[in-house]
Amino acid sequence: MTEIPQNTSGKKLGLVIDLDICVGCHACAVNCKEWNTSGHSAPLPDNDPFGQNAEGVWFNRVHTFECGQGADSRTVHFPRSCLHCEQPACVEVCPTGASYKRAEDGIVLVNEDICIGCKLCSWACPYGAREYDGDSGVMKKCTLCIDRIYNENLEETDRVPVCVSTCPANARHFGDLGDPISEVSRMVEERQGYDLMPELHYQPVNKYLPPRPKSADYQSEQPKRLTPVAARPENEEAGGLFRWIDRVLTR
Amino acid sequence: MHPAYSVIFFTTFSGAGYGLLFLMGLFAAAQWIDPVRWFGFTGFFFAFSMIVSGLIASTYHLGHPERAWRALSQWRSSWLSREGILAVTGFVPFSFFAMGWVIFENHGGAWRLMAVLTILFAVLTVYATSMIYATLRTVRAWFNRHTVRVYLAFSLWTGSVWFNLLAHLFDLHTPGIGMIVVITGILALWLKRKYWMFLDTSPTWVPPEHATGLGDLGSVKLLDAPNTQENYVQQEMGFNIARKHAEKLRRWAFFTYFLIPWSLALITFESDPWIKIPGAILAVIMVMVGTMIERWLFFAEAKHTTMLYYGASDS
Repeated sequence: MTEIPQNTSGKKLGLVIDLDICVGCHACAVNCKEWNTSGHSAPLPDNDPFGQNAEGVWFNRVHTFECGQGADSRTVHFPRSCLHCEQPACVEVCPTGASYKRAEDGIVLVNEDICIGCKLCSWACPYGAREYDGDSGVMKKCTLCIDRIYNENLEETDRVPVCVSTCPANARHFGDLGDPISEVSRMVEERQGYDLMPELHYQPVNKYLPPRPKSADYQSEQPKRLTPVAARPENEEAGGLFRWIDRVLTR
Repeated sequence: MHPAYSVIFFTTFSGAGYGLLFLMGLFAAAQWIDPVRWFGFTGFFFAFSMIVSGLIASTYHLGHPERAWRALSQWRSSWLSREGILAVTGFVPFSFFAMGWVIFENHGGAWRLMAVLTILFAVLTVYATSMIYATLRTVRAWFNRHTVRVYLAFSLWTGSVWFNLLAHLFDLHTPGIGMIVVITGILALWLKRKYWMFLDTSPTWVPPEHATGLGDLGSVKLLDAPNTQENYVQQEMGFNIARKHAEKLRRWAFFTYFLIPWSLALITFESDPWIKIPGAILAVIMVMVGTMIERWLFFAEAKHTTMLYYGASDS
């Protein structure tokens, strides 16, 4: 049923993304693609990969925004993937029941065996998290690496979504946002983590941590003007031994 | 939003088919028309053809058309599923109603109940179609009270232009039918104009600052997209028609869906068969073309919130 299930455990697995730290290296997006092209939703299409119209399905994409103007402006790298909403419209509109939200942990998934590829879920998602796979005729989306987080064949430290484990800046965190004392929940509380497009009332589980404010005196913290190194005259003569060598060689 | 031809064709033609069935049901239930066999046969033939071809067209944009039957399962939450169920089950009363009219030349007694059910299913199916769009909060141009009204009004208007043609073909035209054509045309015109006024004056739905949550840092604009070539989301959600083209197409739509067919329908009320039958046929052609332009604009003018992540300045 594509009705939203009663969450039985209170568990809300999701990501917390720190926009203060993200450096926009796209490693999370690339490693996501690599893992998932042989994971739960494999394969992910890659059309014309070396040509003019390279295009394919990615579950995670990194946008870069410029915020503000002039000296106060900042560049913010913004990774975007499925937010595993508590009220996922993509699940409600699905006519077949292929899209569903798991009662036990809140992960939103697609059952590719019954998806008819009508694309309505992608219209219903305000975040652009769902991408259509034209090769297999079904919709695909982030699985929160369901094939890693419960995978007992992996070391315990690796049982996190691959975007989290690969992030070199530690800007991505995975955990239970339904548990108020979990590390991710505390992070959200401390840093005033927020929802994307809250006015649409989809109640995303994933939270974003805002960039920290610039320090008040950041203008005076700019590098001091250094003494120009180019002031020395070009044919300044060397002294001592080098002067003698110079003379010998220029003879 | 990308205007998919299969969906434009489906909503226009099935809308006209249901509109025609609605009027046949209404005229039968109210006993305003005699159950003339060939009138009924022709009417049901066109209505069923339009509905069935529309439904078939709607499966063309599916990735797995062979699994389309699965779409009937989620009626509890999905308007698309509800529409599918109504479209399929509607054929039960439609078939009995057609049987009474065409085979037994009778729409009284129990057949009359079928006429009432036909009215009900025709309205509900078009309503369900429009609710698929009207419940998508991601698209301001659809998520409003105008969407359902316009879909119902266009279904009734296109249906009544078809009904007008049938009445002329079988010499069963009455001033009542003329009245319905006049009124439904004006209704479609009025509701669509109200919709366009709403669209032109509605404030920004979700500002780009809310999409990223970075409004505290100042205005937000895209510096670098995640991908160099357009991805699926941009192709599907990013279609956006230039305002000046939209204005021109709105004018064309006005002439084709309303002014020409409405005027032609007026002319055909009192004239000899050599004028009224070609006039009524031309009115049908024009109203269908005009409604397809209107439907194309319904998609092409609609902006999706997702595009805020790809550089759109409003939604």
